[in-house]
Amino acid sequence: MRHIISILMENEAGALSRVAGLFSARGYNIESLTVAPTEDPSLSRMTLVTTGTDQIIEQITKQLNKLIDVVKLMDMTEGPHIEREMMLVKVSAVDKERAELNRLASIFRGRIIDVSDKTYTIELTGDGDKLDAFLQALDSTVILEVVRSGVSGIARGQRALRL
Amino acid sequence: MELTGAEIFVRCLKEQGVEFLFGYPGGAVLHIYDALYVQDDVKHILVRHEQAATHAADGYARATGKPGVVLVTSGPGATNAVTGIATAYMDSIPMVVFTGQVPTHLIGNDAFQEADNIGITRPCVKHNFLVKDVDRLAITIKKAFYVATSGRPGPVVVDIPKDITAEKAEFDYPKTVTMRSYNPVVKGHTGQIRKAVDLLISARRPMIYTGGGVLLGNASESLTELTHLLEFPITNTLMGLGAFPATDRQFVGMLGMHGTYEGNMGMHHSDVLLAIGARFDDRVTGNIDKFCPAAKIIHIDIDPASISKNVKVDVPIVGCVDNVLKTMIKEIKARKLEIDKQALAEWWKQIDEWRDMDCLKYDRESDLIKPQFVVESLYEATGGDAFVTSDVGQHQMWAAQYYKFDKPNRWINSGGLGTMGFGLPAAMGVQFAYPDATVACVTGEGSIQMCIQELSTCRQYGLPIMIVNLNNRYLGMVRQWQEFFYQGRYAMSYMDSLPDFVKLAESYGHVGMQINRPGDVKDAFREALKVRDRLVFLDFITDQTENVYPMIPAGGGQNEMILV
Ligand SMILES: Cc1ncc(C[n+]2csc(CCOP(=O)(O)OP(=O)(O)O)c2C)c(N)n1
Repeated sequence: MRHIISILMENEAGALSRVAGLFSARGYNIESLTVAPTEDPSLSRMTLVTTGTDQIIEQITKQLNKLIDVVKLMDMTEGPHIEREMMLVKVSAVDKERAELNRLASIFRGRIIDVSDKTYTIELTGDGDKLDAFLQALDSTVILEVVRSGVSGIARGQRALRL
Repeated sequence: MELTGAEIFVRCLKEQGVEFLFGYPGGAVLHIYDALYVQDDVKHILVRHEQAATHAADGYARATGKPGVVLVTSGPGATNAVTGIATAYMDSIPMVVFTGQVPTHLIGNDAFQEADNIGITRPCVKHNFLVKDVDRLAITIKKAFYVATSGRPGPVVVDIPKDITAEKAEFDYPKTVTMRSYNPVVKGHTGQIRKAVDLLISARRPMIYTGGGVLLGNASESLTELTHLLEFPITNTLMGLGAFPATDRQFVGMLGMHGTYEGNMGMHHSDVLLAIGARFDDRVTGNIDKFCPAAKIIHIDIDPASISKNVKVDVPIVGCVDNVLKTMIKEIKARKLEIDKQALAEWWKQIDEWRDMDCLKYDRESDLIKPQFVVESLYEATGGDAFVTSDVGQHQMWAAQYYKFDKPNRWINSGGLGTMGFGLPAAMGVQFAYPDATVACVTGEGSIQMCIQELSTCRQYGLPIMIVNLNNRYLGMVRQWQEFFYQGRYAMSYMDSLPDFVKLAESYGHVGMQINRPGDVKDAFREALKVRDRLVFLDFITDQTENVYPMIPAGGGQNEMILV
């Protein structure tokens, strides 16, 4: 099963490589990984998407907790949560394609954030499935470049990952 | 008053109570060596190879329970130390390793003798630190010792750039340190302990299986008390020998690949298994799908990640082993437990039948020296009271099988990583800690050559180590596998061009003896034990074809042993 694990860790050099190293050394999957400082500059928050059996996920969370730099973590998928990913897509846009792309972007609630005489750059936010669906809806020949941020997540309601 | 980083380093070690610093100098650490030169509190031991520094510190730690401390230079000094760091990591040995680093402004420039010590050691340390500011040096050293010695112990590397050792700062070594991201558990959950006791009381075919964690957690006494209280059979892993007296009737020997028949059969047929400070390693469990099919499993361990990693357990208890065992004992005594004595008697009858198979028997009439006989004779000659280190191979298994360890921390071997070359430097570390003790290194002619240069260190410091070389002219364990599983195609397992070990030992100023006949074995030990000012190298020319039995072949269950 797919899990989203959010981690608060010391904002130390090398902390990221400890997590990445753990996953490669123990052969765990990483689907995506994002990391940035929090409102407390001494802490970073990492969001990790991984897949595995219950037993593997249990090991992953235990092994992560064992890392000295990890302060706290939460498996978002254990409760109701919101998951978001941001994507930037550059497409070739000439002639009548321009109107069609404009329409498609607005159906998916995307925004055109850059325009040139031959291209559009579209920004889109949502869960992974929505981003996939948008890419599928685009004619693959028009896609010039895709950038995805990787997933970030937050628990619904009162549940919060904080110190 | 302000001190230089190098002076701060030395003061920290002194405050920390470090007796011995095992190391080897080089450019990046010369300021530190200069600061060491002008004091006597911390004794620096000069090894002949950085791998040996780490193994010596490791041996010291295993024998004393105190952290081993190492100092090596940048680049090759640090990379040479990696094998010893990984060895300590696999066996959870507390150790702090200081590596020199090129000056801060050169890091990342491929400077002379630069290596990414933090990156290289990351997968084989409990934690590592790069010191980037002399003001942080003392607190970082404090943290390093705290992390290395608390919770599940392990090696910690502190990488110190050369400029940091020259810069000055106020010296303040904190008495304690806390880290918000690191809070090892101490007490076990009482509810879980109660559940475990219920299960133990209900057992009809119980087994206690304990590992290195009992020794690391200083819990031998509690374990012995609990085992006597319950009257259950107990088996130890290779790493756990000595935690319970081997000469006690309740001890059914080591378990695992070369464990006893009674130990492994007892495991396989048990209905309740109490696992303590052990990690269900593949050399112990055999084929995991066939492991203890009928058993409900209780697992006590300080590391939550150890629990249900390889084998799903029914009652996990996370906590300091000693603390948990003491609570357990109290709980059992308070509950006036009623074990089914009759079932237990029947179980013991079955175990004794397995024991009667005498799985460790060997040919005592042979004209050749049997390695088992050498270990038995060592046991007799030393009254079972020696510290025994070993290398890796057949000799290691024979030492584990035939030397009966009644006391904890006497058996010192690289069980997890299986590092040939460990034995001699580890023996040095033990001998430094206990100068008057008998320290024997049971080794093979292959392994001993991996750190043979340390004979020089032993001479310099007058260490009276006894090397027991079981010389079969083969990388015996490799030869055994080739005989069993590769139809006798002995690829690269014959040890050709061996030195004359007697002359070699003598050339360093040690005593060397070669022993060729079984009748001379006991005399050799008697002679060797008289020498107290030098190392004695006993080169036993043993039966080349001897194999280690019993054996669980790869893929086998614990009830599928090859017997002699
Ligand atoms: C550093 C290292 N290299 C290789 C091995 C693989 N290995 C395991 S046992 C063994 C043979 C050891 O031979 P020896 O020291 O002569 O002991 P014996 O088995 O003959 O008692 C080898 C090569 C190892 N454990 N460690």
